[in-house]
Amino acid sequence: MTISTITSPAGFTKFLLSLWGGIKKIPPVYPVFFVIFITLGLINPTYQSMSGILTFLRRSSPLAILAIGEMMVLASGGFDLSIGSIVTLVVVGSSLVLNNDPANVSSAILIMLGLGIVIGLTNGLVVSYLRIPSFIATLGMMLLVKGGALYWVGGAPQGYLTDNWRTFGRDYLENVPVFGRFPIALIVLIVIALFSYFIFHRTHFGKQILAIGDNVRASQLSGVRVRLVRVITFVICSLLAVIGGIMIGGFGGVNVTIGEGLEMQTIVACVVGGVLLTGGKGSVPNAIFGAFTMQAIVNLLNLLGLPKPYTDAVQGLIIIAAVAYVALSTRKKR
Amino acid sequence: MTTSTLSENRFKQILRYVRIPPVFLFLIVIFLGGGLLDLFFSDGQIFKNPAILINIIVRTVPLGIVAVGQTLVIIGASIDLSVAYTISITAVMSSYIMQGNSANVPLAILVVFAIGALIGLMNGLIITKLHINSFIATLGTSLIIKGIINATFSNYTGSVPASFQYFGYGALGPIPVSILVFLLVVIAGWFLLSRTKFGAHLYGVGGNAEVARLSGLRTDRVLIVAHILCSMTAVLTGVFLVSRLQAGAPWVGPDGIYDLESIATTVVGGTALAGGKGGVWGTFAGVLIFGVLDTVFNQLGVNPYLKTVLRGAIIVLAVASYTYRSKKEAA
Repeated sequence: MTISTITSPAGFTKFLLSLWGGIKKIPPVYPVFFVIFITLGLINPTYQSMSGILTFLRRSSPLAILAIGEMMVLASGGFDLSIGSIVTLVVVGSSLVLNNDPANVSSAILIMLGLGIVIGLTNGLVVSYLRIPSFIATLGMMLLVKGGALYWVGGAPQGYLTDNWRTFGRDYLENVPVFGRFPIALIVLIVIALFSYFIFHRTHFGKQILAIGDNVRASQLSGVRVRLVRVITFVICSLLAVIGGIMIGGFGGVNVTIGEGLEMQTIVACVVGGVLLTGGKGSVPNAIFGAFTMQAIVNLLNLLGLPKPYTDAVQGLIIIAAVAYVALSTRKKR
Repeated sequence: MTTSTLSENRFKQILRYVRIPPVFLFLIVIFLGGGLLDLFFSDGQIFKNPAILINIIVRTVPLGIVAVGQTLVIIGASIDLSVAYTISITAVMSSYIMQGNSANVPLAILVVFAIGALIGLMNGLIITKLHINSFIATLGTSLIIKGIINATFSNYTGSVPASFQYFGYGALGPIPVSILVFLLVVIAGWFLLSRTKFGAHLYGVGGNAEVARLSGLRTDRVLIVAHILCSMTAVLTGVFLVSRLQAGAPWVGPDGIYDLESIATTVVGGTALAGGKGGVWGTFAGVLIFGVLDTVFNQLGVNPYLKTVLRGAIIVLAVASYTYRSKKEAA
């Protein structure tokens, strides 16, 4: 036996071990997502083509944008339950403000963004200064915004959403090299993702959000302006909810239940993306892939042709399984 | 001078002994404020008609019963979002099994409580053994129950025999049976929390699970029992609703938003979401606040959407009435 034949398997195991070490560091959301997405592709070949993938990404962009905002609030140790109602407000409110006139689109969007800032500011101030747990503060806000939106439009949606308003969620850029048609929703997502990645992972502000979520007292003592950071976090979340609402409005019709349950879906997406509901942990790309995973699960169940009720039940099972997997694999690493 | 401070201290001592949650003050303010508004802008029934007081309490019975269970799990630093669909499955299953026949009532009751125990057990096991956050775990089970109900039932199913409607509409003298049952549940919850070992353990687990575990408590078992009890109260609410509606429908739970409202009333009642603090009497006052509000809004003829807005605002105000003085930052 020569030395080389002995060392080379040893070197190979070493390489394998280091590779395994690298694999173990990958957040569990990525294997979960790719397993589900590859299953999608095996069942329906559309998901193997570029246009199929782009359509999937377009469909999941709104949830991903909501998830980025919610992730920041969750990372700071809070909850935001009002985002579903904000989506409803944006859709039914815009149809009223647009008044069936495409020229009103910029004012409609500005009004909605303004409302988003007001809602986020109120959430943040109520939590910070009245010291109400955000779960309850935003639950109250959820009722308030939903009731307010319905009161504003008189119980049923008025008018329709003009085509240029729907552009952000629905349309494609034509004749893009390599991709062919590129969804605008995905561009919006990429811009927001890059921007929030920078804010959350590359600035002091992002670190402060995590510090608050981990230990409020400690971060206070080390000079973090807890209240300011918290208010800004809630404002970002509400603003992203408005943007998500504009994109969700692009797909579907105007109805008053359009945002129902979205807050729960988004929170689940974040948790699948490795966010701890107790705060102190979060990541923009992981939250985005958590949202993609949720959308992939929905698509997979639709593809299997299960009736809607079974889809709910299976979704419940998969959520528990996925979160258990994420929770257990994170636990081991500690 | 000294005597006055002495009597003041004595007064404070008595107050501390009786331990009235501050939310009762808010309840009185809401009741008087609502009553005055009613007096000036409507026919003043709230102050003049004692029947309306009974009505206010009857209105709160379904939410109140499940809120007692929710209080138990929240004290244990857990949460239960599956109560709404537990209520639905109870309503449809019990009226489906009864089919208008009194002979089937015991079987139906047995089956729904077994289902409730199973749901609670499942919640508890998923939370404690799989280490999944209770929020996500019970959201998942609620989706599973929702799927099962909607796959089997789509509309009113079966019916309730006339004898069974006694629970919903019957009365012992001037007091409706439902109120007596509600009070029994509240007293049972109070007894469990403050007079039994289980209650003390639950506060311990909610306050600091790790410390409780290290002092030799079987924390998992305590939480699982709390979840089973919570699902049982949801079942009781479902049984009450079906007895009033005379037939079960799959939407009764989610339509009443019993999941979020029971959490809201619990927190309004002074129970901390972080666990380890609170009690059922606060929750009792919390649900009464909701009942008074509903009655006042009805008396004044408030627009239903505006009602939702005011409800949201008052939940926040009610919680603010005792949190604004706290020194701790909220999250």
